[in-house]
Amino acid sequence: MGSQPLTTDKLYSGYRNPDIIRAYSHKIHQAAQDLDRPVNIMEVCGGHTFSIVKYGLDQLVPDSIRFIHGPGCPVCVLPQHRIDASIALASMEDTILVTLGDMIKIPGSRTSLQHARAEGRDVRFVYTPLDAIKIATENPHKKVIYFAIGFETTTPMTALLIEQSRQLKVNNLFFHINHVLVPPAIELILQQGGHIDAFIGPGHVTTITGTGIYEPFALQHHKPVVISGFEPIDVLDAVLKILLQLCDNKAIVENCYSRSAKPEGNLKAQALVSKYFETREDFIWRGIGTIENSAMKLRDEYVEIDAEQQFSRYCPRATQEKTSGCLCGQILMGHAQPKDCALFGKGCTPSSPQGSCMVSNEGACAAYYRYRRY
Amino acid sequence: MADRILLAHGSGGLENQCLIRDIFVAGFENHILSTMDDAAVVNIGTLAVSTDSYTVDPLFFSGGDIGKLAVAGTTNDVSMRGARPLYLTVAFIIEEGFEIDLLKKIVASMASELQTIGVQVITGDTKVVPKGAVDKIIINTTGIGELVCDCAVSHIQTGDQLIVSGPIAEHGACIFAAREEISVHGLRSDCRSLWPGIESLLNKKLHIHAMRDATRGGLSAVLNEWAEQSHHLIHIVENQVPISTPVSGFCEMLGIDPFTLACEGTFVLSVAEQDCQSTLEVLHQAGYPHAALIGTVMEKHAHPHVILQSDYGTERLMEYPSGEILPRIC
Repeated sequence: MGSQPLTTDKLYSGYRNPDIIRAYSHKIHQAAQDLDRPVNIMEVCGGHTFSIVKYGLDQLVPDSIRFIHGPGCPVCVLPQHRIDASIALASMEDTILVTLGDMIKIPGSRTSLQHARAEGRDVRFVYTPLDAIKIATENPHKKVIYFAIGFETTTPMTALLIEQSRQLKVNNLFFHINHVLVPPAIELILQQGGHIDAFIGPGHVTTITGTGIYEPFALQHHKPVVISGFEPIDVLDAVLKILLQLCDNKAIVENCYSRSAKPEGNLKAQALVSKYFETREDFIWRGIGTIENSAMKLRDEYVEIDAEQQFSRYCPRATQEKTSGCLCGQILMGHAQPKDCALFGKGCTPSSPQGSCMVSNEGACAAYYRYRRY
Repeated sequence: MADRILLAHGSGGLENQCLIRDIFVAGFENHILSTMDDAAVVNIGTLAVSTDSYTVDPLFFSGGDIGKLAVAGTTNDVSMRGARPLYLTVAFIIEEGFEIDLLKKIVASMASELQTIGVQVITGDTKVVPKGAVDKIIINTTGIGELVCDCAVSHIQTGDQLIVSGPIAEHGACIFAAREEISVHGLRSDCRSLWPGIESLLNKKLHIHAMRDATRGGLSAVLNEWAEQSHHLIHIVENQVPISTPVSGFCEMLGIDPFTLACEGTFVLSVAEQDCQSTLEVLHQAGYPHAALIGTVMEKHAHPHVILQSDYGTERLMEYPSGEILPRIC
């Protein structure tokens, strides 16, 4: 029996149905009226920030509901000295630096990878980390350094790259690990803040980790956490569920992204990650500062492929961040909105970013600049 | 003749003459070019002239190749100004070692496209550069046309209706997928010469104020440029913009905005309101069955921009394309 090939629009068109979106908007207005107080909802993930601003979801909820944009944009939180490290590594002799596309424009303390490439450094951007193996095997006489970034979502891809490169005995591929973790950042925000009423949980992080990592925020901090996908209806569904929890004075972890995220997460990915990585004692988050146990590093037994160890003299130590007067740190912590920053759209634009939130597609400032600057 | 281009082919000697005679003059055969004089002599009225250089990887793609692109791209720019394209100049910059069979294929593709629009190549140039100095081949073409109807951004007015001639982002998505070796069924470049369709429109004497083909930067670049240059706000209804299922799926998968991806055979028109329906009818008859009304030119504004309205009532900016096209991280 022949079957129709699945077209990709089937995967998302239902989640953008205008009638259902309007119905959700109506129900959210009703629930907000019942609750009758302002509600600050932090969407932790930059993907959610992008969806909210792009689809105009904040226009579909009452003024009493405020979206606070959280620190979940991996390139936004990367400190300058680690970007400087990527540029220094790319400047070593016979070296190819491989990383994901969003790294290209992010400013370090002096320059960016985009400029390093224009000056003749071999910097390559890949869609999938596994492409690094191809680059390494095609350039056996060069050192290929994979500069790994991202939250729990992309860490398994780096782990898989390590696994495959070892199986294939690729011995010229090294790793500079900058993978960061969501829960310690939320914990810090809750300790410092008190102005967040609930969280929209990151759907793709949860797909890997499972839902358990958010339990302390519900149980100890009494904040509802609703895990959501990235389509308009996904996010509106999460907002509605948060309001209903608040109306009932409940605080539990709810999963509205069950089509991707299972309660236990992706066990295979988790096993692969713990095979190669362990938690760092601390990691500096750009604009936020040092957060304990908030990032991953390679386990000691993989020291021979760890670029931070092998080329340590090229990797600058943490220094005082040069600030341009932008509010990125406060925006990442939920204390300010992009338009509160004096540089927004003036000294700081996506083509000439002063702060990291203007760089990535998932940075709050970039999303506002792209879709809301007037 | 050798099977690869040598530096000698660009040296002005015998090999150079053979290349010009056997490939270019033979391929673009016409009486003006055949004189082989230092300059071509033509006699026409008010001129519209446009030049562009072409470099594309891969050279051959679904729906076209660099040769077709070099003819259609430049003559389309002439057509968009309301001029009938008549002549083309062609300059090739070729990397040493380029396969002569590929060059022949490119020239044959150019000749075939020239024939469909009745345009003649009247002068040309060839340079061969050492290996590595260019990526395979660069083609520059200059199109010369005769003005039929004065279409220009300065004629855009409040109340004009905005029409797009067909599904957007087809070329950009096709090239992007080919370059990244992502196989998506149904992706095909829209590369084609627009003059035949434009001629049908101009013959009807409709009040077309401006036309622009949505090449690099896509629909978004055209609309943002028009807003900025004419100082008008532009309002677009998102779900009226035609996008094919394979293209929208591809863009969703990679997190790319289809409004910023290039077209090579799709154009935008700003038309007086009373002629909107007739323009759509002519386009539908002239080989543009998916031509659609997508928006309106609004009042003048101190900060002109393009507003995109969703089908559930929210509004956002249609962003001006900037930087390299990058997919999202996760």
